[in-house]
Amino acid sequence: MKFSESWLRSFVNPSVSGDELSHLLTMAGLEVEEEESVAPSFDHVVVARVIEVNKHPDADRLNVCRVDIGRGEAQQIVCGAPNVAPGLMVPCALPGANLPGDFKIKLAKVRGVESSGMLCSAKELGIAADASGLLVLPADAPVGADIRSYLDLDDRLLTLKLTPNRADCLSLTGLAREIAALTGTPATYPETIAATVSISVQRTIALDAPEACPLYCGRVIAGVDARAATPDWMKRRLERSGIRSISALVDITNYVMLEIGQPLHAFDNTRLDGAIHARLSRAGEKILLLNEQTLELQEDVLLIADDKHPVAMAGIMGGEDSGITLDTTEMFLESAFFAPRAIAGRARRYGFVSDASHRFERGVDFGNTRRALERATQLILEICGGQAGPVCEAKATLPPRPAVRLRPARVTKVLGVSLAAEQIGKLIARLDFDCTREGDDFIVTPPSYRFDIEIEEDLIEEIARLYGYDNIPASAPRAALSMLPQTESARPLSRVRQILADRGFQEVVNYAFVDSVWESDFAANDAPIRLANPIASQMSVMRSTLIGGLIANVVTNLKRKQNRVRVFETGRCFFRDTPGIPVRGFRQPWKIAALAYGSALPEQWGSVARSADFFDIKGEIELLLAPALVRFEKAAHPALHPGRSARVVLDGKAIGLVGELHPQWVQKYELPLAPVLFELELEALKQAKLPNYAEVSRQPPAIRDLAIVVDHKLELQQLLEGMTAHRPAIVQDIRLFDVYTGKGVAPGEKSLAFRIVMQDTQKTLQDAEVDAAMQKLVNYLQQAFAAQLRV
Amino acid sequence: MQNLDQIAQEATAAFAETDDPDALEQIKARYLGKSGQITELLKGMGKLSPEERKTAGAAINRAKEAIEASLNARREAIRRLALEARLAEECLDVTLPGRCESRGGLHPVTRTLERIEALFGSIGFEVADGPEIEADFHNFTALNTPEDHPARSMHDTFYLQDEQGQAAKDILLRTHTSPVQVRYMQAHVAKYAGLDTMPEIRVIAPGRVYRVDSDATHSPMFHQVEGLWIGENVSFADLKGVVADFLRRFFETDDMQVRFRPSFFPFTEPSAEIDAAYMSGPMKGRWLEVGGCGMVHPNVLRHVGIDPEKYLGFAFGMGPDRLTMLRYGVNDLRLFFDGDLRFLRQFV
Repeated sequence: MKFSESWLRSFVNPSVSGDELSHLLTMAGLEVEEEESVAPSFDHVVVARVIEVNKHPDADRLNVCRVDIGRGEAQQIVCGAPNVAPGLMVPCALPGANLPGDFKIKLAKVRGVESSGMLCSAKELGIAADASGLLVLPADAPVGADIRSYLDLDDRLLTLKLTPNRADCLSLTGLAREIAALTGTPATYPETIAATVSISVQRTIALDAPEACPLYCGRVIAGVDARAATPDWMKRRLERSGIRSISALVDITNYVMLEIGQPLHAFDNTRLDGAIHARLSRAGEKILLLNEQTLELQEDVLLIADDKHPVAMAGIMGGEDSGITLDTTEMFLESAFFAPRAIAGRARRYGFVSDASHRFERGVDFGNTRRALERATQLILEICGGQAGPVCEAKATLPPRPAVRLRPARVTKVLGVSLAAEQIGKLIARLDFDCTREGDDFIVTPPSYRFDIEIEEDLIEEIARLYGYDNIPASAPRAALSMLPQTESARPLSRVRQILADRGFQEVVNYAFVDSVWESDFAANDAPIRLANPIASQMSVMRSTLIGGLIANVVTNLKRKQNRVRVFETGRCFFRDTPGIPVRGFRQPWKIAALAYGSALPEQWGSVARSADFFDIKGEIELLLAPALVRFEKAAHPALHPGRSARVVLDGKAIGLVGELHPQWVQKYELPLAPVLFELELEALKQAKLPNYAEVSRQPPAIRDLAIVVDHKLELQQLLEGMTAHRPAIVQDIRLFDVYTGKGVAPGEKSLAFRIVMQDTQKTLQDAEVDAAMQKLVNYLQQAFAAQLRV
Repeated sequence: MQNLDQIAQEATAAFAETDDPDALEQIKARYLGKSGQITELLKGMGKLSPEERKTAGAAINRAKEAIEASLNARREAIRRLALEARLAEECLDVTLPGRCESRGGLHPVTRTLERIEALFGSIGFEVADGPEIEADFHNFTALNTPEDHPARSMHDTFYLQDEQGQAAKDILLRTHTSPVQVRYMQAHVAKYAGLDTMPEIRVIAPGRVYRVDSDATHSPMFHQVEGLWIGENVSFADLKGVVADFLRRFFETDDMQVRFRPSFFPFTEPSAEIDAAYMSGPMKGRWLEVGGCGMVHPNVLRHVGIDPEKYLGFAFGMGPDRLTMLRYGVNDLRLFFDGDLRFLRQFV
């Protein structure tokens, strides 16, 4: 809602400055989003009349003018504007004037000719961009008058960001009423006198959908001059409200809408056929709108129709075929109340909004319907002439305004500030709502212009607004103290993140909607969850994996010459799933993914540079899940190198995957090296075990090494698990410390070296026991895996 | 006995001539070894009378002790010299960089979210989480925003397609974290259904939310943190107190004004926007919107089975992205979602 401050002040003029007024509105919930001056500051510019224009003797493009500035003697002024002509009314900056851009006007000689001032263009005054010639003023402009007051240039334009509940403030009248309530300054409104009815033409009004349209007023006005000029004052007010002047009739309907808040519509009466119906659309019915859009309507759109055709989308936009034109002489003017529910969302459904729909869907004062019609009639007769017919009115049941009980004790309880009943009464009185007392309570009946007062809390908000949110204290809340749970067996997400960060990974936040190509590349998902209204095609499907985002992070950073990229993200991934918890049809688990690209360690002296590989990233998982023991099972995944990828298994359950990016994606995404990455279910990482004490042995351990040669295809995990399962009781730990192939080991075989730690909690181990235990392990390995002892 | 003093002096001088521990021991043998001078003198004492033996023995022993003392001193000196030489040799350029993995870091918004959780945790707020693909019912209807309510136009909503490729009107990406309120209250009511008076609800719900909007100050995905406190005696004044306290603690300054300005949200009444402004510095006096709040609307409470006559409370929603930008002076929201390490590393 944009409007001119001076127009507002013509209704209510509290003794506060412009800035104070803005602050007052903002703090009352009518946020002033933008303030602009109509013109920058300048002074000593007056209305002047050009008397005579003569060529400058020494300059082709200049004229020497004699100008009347309303101070006796005519002034001589040199002027270069092409449109200067005798009789023209123009702004004239006098010597001593300060114009925008720090431009001072002095008595001067221009090419040898004295010039006592300057005739100005709109641009020179900073009020419009037009610099093509002098700003031409109306012929009746008073010569000598200060241009600022003549054009009302000290006015300011305010733009309010109104919340949907305050439709009552979508007009100057409404704003004035609000300011009167806030400041106690009385407001005056333009007097509306019912027009004299001089013709008897009428139209029947049929309320075919009385709930959607319970009140409809209209009248015929004949003999209007649609080509009459809109008065400057009206044009100015419209323009300052952001509405372009179109023609007098259209301008008047817009003007009344801004003044009173009632959208009006003007039909060409000769293009209507029979009665006016306010009815719901029939499925498939078509209408060509004023914006030249043809709509095929669904069944629940409220229409204004004559006996034959729809002629307007009620409260939204008129039809092209029935609208007024510059040739219209007989019009039918509509002022109606359409229920918010009947209008809400309809315009948006067809992809547009209008000033009318914006108001009707929020609620238009149904106590003003007829007044607005009379006010518009009055202006039409004044400006366009014509004769008014009688008001045709049809009325059904208007929205009820049930009384709301307000309990002073509840006010105190909700706001946390003690307000006396008397004080509350005074605040309600300022709102001018109908109010009676019942014991301590107030029984308040909301007015027809307020659609947002239905329950006690709504009134409490009104009380709070008028009392001032600033005046409500900020108190330290009181509550019974009780400690929050600290679940030791749940590891907080923050801890998980911190471990990765400490391991050199940088957290990123990527969009949850991704390119569908990522879904097919990295998850082989050809039926992703699609957005119905994505902002871009590369952000059109919901991700089921975090991998795509991390790969994109590598690409982005490589472009920025960052050659080592270690990133991780935690976020939800999305899958279709019936039934889905908690939202039916979808599963939305949290995942965590990390990626390492480039050198295994940051580039530094004294360490051999090598790229991060499968085992580096696998190590990160082991570290992240420690002390839990994780299994890795060879498994293929569409994103990963089939020979270098594994399923991560914890407690028998697959919790994710790890591996090197598939060479085909390395090539497609133009990566010089292959990234390694993992993606895990976050839930699995949140579990932690409570520590469980086991006695620490005081006996010295016996440590032996064991080297064996086995088939190179044999997986270590199988070996280790077998050894662990078959180990003698004194064996505490079996750890692989070397893997070797090459000289001394036959092709197709590999040598594995283990360190075996043996210990007894009760006694020192004897060599014989140790030897026996080692022999038992060797026997098992020989038997189970055909391992040979390496010597 | 001058001879003895001379021997001792000679020995000391001889010890001083070498830096080598082995050589020193050989020199020692010349005096104290089996056939060393002192040993020989002691052997020769047998020839003396008991009187002479007594004095001579004492003198020889003194000389022996003196030689041993200077020997030990020399041993110690040589050890020290050797150590010094080794230390000098082992000396490093301590200004060479240390060897390690470099530290990564948390996302700046995560830092903010963790601080928010800690601050609210300190006054007993738990943390809740909710789905991001959300039912229209939870995102709007249960929050007192029925279909076609004009307030829905305040949120430009992403809708999903169903499996047939049609727009599914009842499923959307949540436009705010407020649906978590609804889910949390429903669960809380169910949990304490048997009690006359349910315990208070104090919870915050941080998370990602989505709106169809994209420019320097809007991202189609951004963060929000929802707060909710429901009890028998929770007022608007408490809301002001908690939010203002939070902002001052979060920005670690008392140099901050916080104001509450009437506004409208379908799920709160009365409602307010929260603005904050520094009282000094380059940003002095500029009001910045940091969130919305209000007393939970009775319809919302009724929806989840809470009696609004008995219980009331407040809810707020703040923008952690905005808070992060203000705290660290970041001027473009899009940087948060760009994955640029040069930006992100500044928050390690």
